[in-house]
Amino acid sequence: MTNPDPMAEIRASFFIECEELLEAMQDGLQTMDDGQQDSETINVVFRAVHSIKGGAGAFGLEPLVRFAHRYETVMDQVRSETLAITSDLLKLFFRAADHLSDLVRLCRDDMDIPQAEGDAILAELDLHAGATPAEEEDEDIDFQPLGLSLDLDFGDDDDTTGTSSYRITFAPATEMFETGNDAVPILRALADLGDCTTTCDAERVPALASLAPETPYLSWTVMLSTTAAIDEITSVFEFVDGLCTFAIEPVDNEVGFSDEAFPDLPPLDLLPEPEEVELPPLDMLPEPAEQISAPVEDTPVVAPKNEKPARTAPASPNAVVRVDLDRIERLVNLVGELVINQAMLAQSLESTTLSPHSDAMRGLGEFQRLTRDIQDSVMMIRAQPVKSMFQRMSRIVREASAAVGKDVRLVTDGENTEVDKTVIERLADPLTHMIRNAVDHGLEDTDARIAAGKPSQGQVRLSAAHRSGRVVIEIKDDGGGINRPRVKQIAIDKGLIPADSTLSDSEIDNLLFLPGFSTAATVSDLSGRGVGMDVVRTAIQALSGRISISSTKGEGTTFSISLPLTLAVLDGMVIKVADETLVIPLNVVTETLTLRADNLDEIQPGLAVVRVRGSMVPLFDLGRHLGYRKQKETYVDDIVLLISKEDGNQAALIVDEIQDQRQVVIKGLDDNFYRAPGIAAATILGDGQIALILDPSDIVTQAAQDAGHPNVPQKLEA
Amino acid sequence: MSDSDTSTSVELLTFKLGGQEYSLDIMCVIEIRGWTRATPLPHAPSFMKGVINLRGTVLPVMDLAERLGLPVTKHTNRNVIIVVKHENSMTGLLVDAVSDIITIAQDDLQPSPDVTSGSGQGFIKSLTLRDDQMIRILDLAHVVKILESDAA
Amino acid sequence: MSLEILAVDDSRTMRDMIRLALEPEGFTVHTADDGVHGTEVLSSINPDVIITDINMPRMDGFGFIDAVRDQNHHRATPILVLTTEAAPELKMRARKAGASGWIVKPFDPVKLVKALHMVSG
Repeated sequence: MTNPDPMAEIRASFFIECEELLEAMQDGLQTMDDGQQDSETINVVFRAVHSIKGGAGAFGLEPLVRFAHRYETVMDQVRSETLAITSDLLKLFFRAADHLSDLVRLCRDDMDIPQAEGDAILAELDLHAGATPAEEEDEDIDFQPLGLSLDLDFGDDDDTTGTSSYRITFAPATEMFETGNDAVPILRALADLGDCTTTCDAERVPALASLAPETPYLSWTVMLSTTAAIDEITSVFEFVDGLCTFAIEPVDNEVGFSDEAFPDLPPLDLLPEPEEVELPPLDMLPEPAEQISAPVEDTPVVAPKNEKPARTAPASPNAVVRVDLDRIERLVNLVGELVINQAMLAQSLESTTLSPHSDAMRGLGEFQRLTRDIQDSVMMIRAQPVKSMFQRMSRIVREASAAVGKDVRLVTDGENTEVDKTVIERLADPLTHMIRNAVDHGLEDTDARIAAGKPSQGQVRLSAAHRSGRVVIEIKDDGGGINRPRVKQIAIDKGLIPADSTLSDSEIDNLLFLPGFSTAATVSDLSGRGVGMDVVRTAIQALSGRISISSTKGEGTTFSISLPLTLAVLDGMVIKVADETLVIPLNVVTETLTLRADNLDEIQPGLAVVRVRGSMVPLFDLGRHLGYRKQKETYVDDIVLLISKEDGNQAALIVDEIQDQRQVVIKGLDDNFYRAPGIAAATILGDGQIALILDPSDIVTQAAQDAGHPNVPQKLEA
Repeated sequence: MSDSDTSTSVELLTFKLGGQEYSLDIMCVIEIRGWTRATPLPHAPSFMKGVINLRGTVLPVMDLAERLGLPVTKHTNRNVIIVVKHENSMTGLLVDAVSDIITIAQDDLQPSPDVTSGSGQGFIKSLTLRDDQMIRILDLAHVVKILESDAA
Repeated sequence: MSLEILAVDDSRTMRDMIRLALEPEGFTVHTADDGVHGTEVLSSINPDVIITDINMPRMDGFGFIDAVRDQNHHRATPILVLTTEAAPELKMRARKAGASGWIVKPFDPVKLVKALHMVSG
């Protein structure tokens, strides 16, 4: 691979930094919205916009610079307290922050920037700033000298082809040294412009006794012969203008220059070569002056070029390392390999006659424990707080509520809960959909809310927490709850349930998850355009998660999502079906039983149930449903796994053999090729063979559909 | 799949399928390996043989002859899998045998007339002649992209 | 001769860009994230020139310049401030605070090098 372009790397790093700054902005604005408007919070927001502007300028991202600049101007007024914060202003700031975020992403992806939206926001910002756009100047990115007191007036100054001569006088004042400036670099800079002869006037230097150490007594006269324009000479004095007296006078070109000094000035050993400038009078000056002249000496500054300074103190509260995501992926994969290899080792050891108490077997046990620890640690490397995703949801709420004209507030809890990065990415779409739903349908109109005695502002609560080895995310609205009669009617109308079915409240709630419940014409993506909850549930299940719903009329609805902490491993039950080895996630298996004549009932051809403590649980022949074999003659003596489905109901899966329970490493199936229904992922067994990991709920749903049965809740009472 | 118009020649891996010569741009070939038993995928199109373990990666394998719609002979000798990579995902193509690696000048490639070979339209990108034998150059993108309509 | 620079800026991008501009030219670049960090780093190195941003958390540029000038050792060390505006008031304020000069962002690497030479020789 060729050398990476450093500018490209910095650019990429800049956009990452922008994300961090945008997040800090959101935080700051949220804090201000919550009522805390101290100066540090305001500064955080200001600096974020300021830094984005600065970096954008470095990469020539003009639209971003322009927008950020105007935003920054208004923020600056707030910061300096010339502009008061009102709730309208804050709303504008939120919108502007959202737009800034959009601009950043468009710039990062090199896409075109649509003008319209930005202009509207800018106009409002300008209104608050009280400035017209024309007043905002182009950034001066040049070293233009400030107004100089030069009374020079040349006709054609820019005759750079010819050599001009100048007489420059320069006398520093005390203030000049106080700012860390020095005479020598200035003289050197002049010398760099051409040929010059420098003379020093030491007349004013008093006797040692009356010498004030920090008062400059020296002045210099430089005769410069140069092709440079006068502006360039002037620019040498840019930093010290006002801290010294200087003058640049052109002199007649005809007067020849030579290295000889002028007759009326005492010749000193001053050479035009910068490296050898020596100022004898400096010997007479005490300490401070020698400090100032330090750069003149050839003190070798020993510092190896690529030395990284060791930090003597921690830089910031959490020391953080930025790591390439590819490296983490590789590490995760390697750990996965380690686990697989270990399984193979365990398998071959098991087939020996070694006693479980032998050193080898105990060593293996220890080895497995250690590996498990490494695995847990590595998995958590990829974990990051859900905060940034929650902030995105904040924006969704803002936009959705504005779109439907409701006053809605997003309350978050547990935003520092850490979740695997991949999981977060794949949660974004489902969450967006559910949040939009809550705002659109969950919450009532403002009028209805007031009539019901509720606060006019609706609330959506988004929370995340770790609970018994899983991550639980809840979306709760304080709206009117699910309209159960209506939901039931829709399901009946769509033929999803028979017209005369009696369903419990929770069964009706779960109808929302049925495929086909959605009112949209196409079930495509999850951007909230009328896509059903079934797609949301599929997405959650694809993350090996579960989603459930509960609702109270008049009070609101809560969606509860439970996810594994990591996508990389799974506790599974290894089974055999028709000579194929498969894995079922252990967390859905509730029981195993054997089918006998006395617990097996056939309702109708193709639909059988098993009686479990009074309930009839529908049976599914995995071998048949996976297409491995035809329907069996009889199922008596077959082994059955009872699994619990997402909707709380049970199903019974017929398998040939249960082998064991173990933790398996999940290998994802590429999205690009055929996605088998009912198959969640794959794993590699100890013998190197691939075993498919089943998604039991999915299989059951598919099977029921294939059989033409409506997906009726299957708890039939005997 | 690289289709560089800057280079004047292209390197192809040629292989046998049902008695005929096919080829692939060598740039998308990752490796060649022997056949191992594939774990079948439920309800997959019949040309999808299943998945195999490729050094820790789950690799889908398809019977290329069946995919191209060639008549499937009863006794198949298919025992070579060509592992290809297209747009970041890998697939295994089951073929009879690998023949050679040849270099063909861009100018010698002729576009394939719209030949329907069974269900395969667009599978063959171009043709070339070599030692009086016709070699078909596969359009890998078409071959590995499985559409809804292909599902069993 | 290799000049040692301390660059203080809370923007990682800016620190990277300064490094990219100066290290190939033979400068040795140390960086810090804000004024407080800058004083910490300063205690372990001996820079020839200091470059600092103004708007930073914990301790801003002006506070940092004060802290630097308070140290006897660095009373005369050249300090350049990074500013996104060329407004005269800002420059005067910087100078009053003790800065030797200024660089306007986004900076031209050539001009940055020139400015560094101009204050340090």
